[in-house]
Amino acid sequence: MDEADRRIVAATQDGLPLLPRPYHAVAEATGLPPGEVMARMERLLAEGAIRRIGAVPNHYALGYRFNGMAVWDVEDARVDALGARIAALGLSSHCYRRPRHPPAWSYNLFTMVHGRTREEALGAVEEIAAVLGDAVRAREVLFSTRILKKTGLRLAG
Amino acid sequence: MVPLDETDRRLLDGFQRDLPLAPQPYAAMAAALGLTEAEVIARLASLQEAGAVSRVGAVVRPNTAGRSTLAAMAVPEARLEEVGGLIAALPEVNHCYEREHRLNLWFVVTAGDAAGVAAALARVEATTGLPVLDLPLEAEYRIDLGFPLRWT
Repeated sequence: MDEADRRIVAATQDGLPLLPRPYHAVAEATGLPPGEVMARMERLLAEGAIRRIGAVPNHYALGYRFNGMAVWDVEDARVDALGARIAALGLSSHCYRRPRHPPAWSYNLFTMVHGRTREEALGAVEEIAAVLGDAVRAREVLFSTRILKKTGLRLAG
Repeated sequence: MVPLDETDRRLLDGFQRDLPLAPQPYAAMAAALGLTEAEVIARLASLQEAGAVSRVGAVVRPNTAGRSTLAAMAVPEARLEEVGGLIAALPEVNHCYEREHRLNLWFVVTAGDAAGVAAALARVEATTGLPVLDLPLEAEYRIDLGFPLRWT
C-alpha cells in the first residue's frame, strides 16, 4: 500500500458516507479524483488488502448473543491446511493462527463462533472439531461475558 | 435484538460484500433489491442507527495499514473493573472483551507500527503490574464470504 492507498483506508475505516456518491466524498477527503479512488479500491480488493466492501453486520445486535473464541492446539505441520479448510466452512467469522506461549497458553488456532444460544455456538465448535479430527491435542471455548469496547479498525497517527 | 423486516434481511444477505465500486453504489443496490436509491440509503441509515449494521464500508486485512495484536491478561476478579476500564480507555485498543477463562481479559491493540503496539503493551504492564500475553497474528485463513446470517 502506498501513501494514497493509506489515505483511502483511513478515510473509509469508519464507513462510507450514506450519500448518493460516497466515493466522491472519499475523493474529497483524500484529495484524489473519484475515478482514482474507485480504481485503487478495486485494486486493493483484487490484491486482498481490502477483504470486502459492504454492510458490516453487528452480530450481537442481530441476536447472536453468544460469542465463543474456540482455541485449538493443532499439530504445526497440519495447522495451515486445516485452518484454510475451517475458514471455508462458514462456521466462524475469523480463523487465525497465533503463537503458543507454554505453559500459559498452548493453543495455536483461533476460530470465532457465534450463536443465538450457547448450544448453537457449541454446535459450530463440534462441526469444526470433526474437521480438525486427530490433529487436535487440546481445545477450549472462551465465551465472552462482557464487551468493554468494540470499534472498527483505527489507525494511530 | 433489533427487529428486521424481509427487505432488511435481503439487503444484509446480498450486501455484506460486493457493494459496487461505481459512482452511485446505493443506486446499484436499489436496482438489485427493487427499491429506490433513497430507500436504500434510508434503510442503511436506520440499520446503522439501530446498531444492526456497524458500518457500510471496507473490511481491511489485518496488519495492512498498521500493526495489531491480540493480548490477554489474567486479572484478579477484584481488579477487573479497574483494569478493564483502563484498557478500554486506551486509544490503541479497539476491542476489549471479558471472557470465561483464567485469562479473563482479551483486547486488540492497533498502532501505526510494531513499536507502537509494543509500547502500548508495555504501558499496560507498567500501569497494572500484571503480565500481558502477546498473541500476534501469524496467519489469517480467509473468510471471504462473511459469516452467513441465519434468520430462523
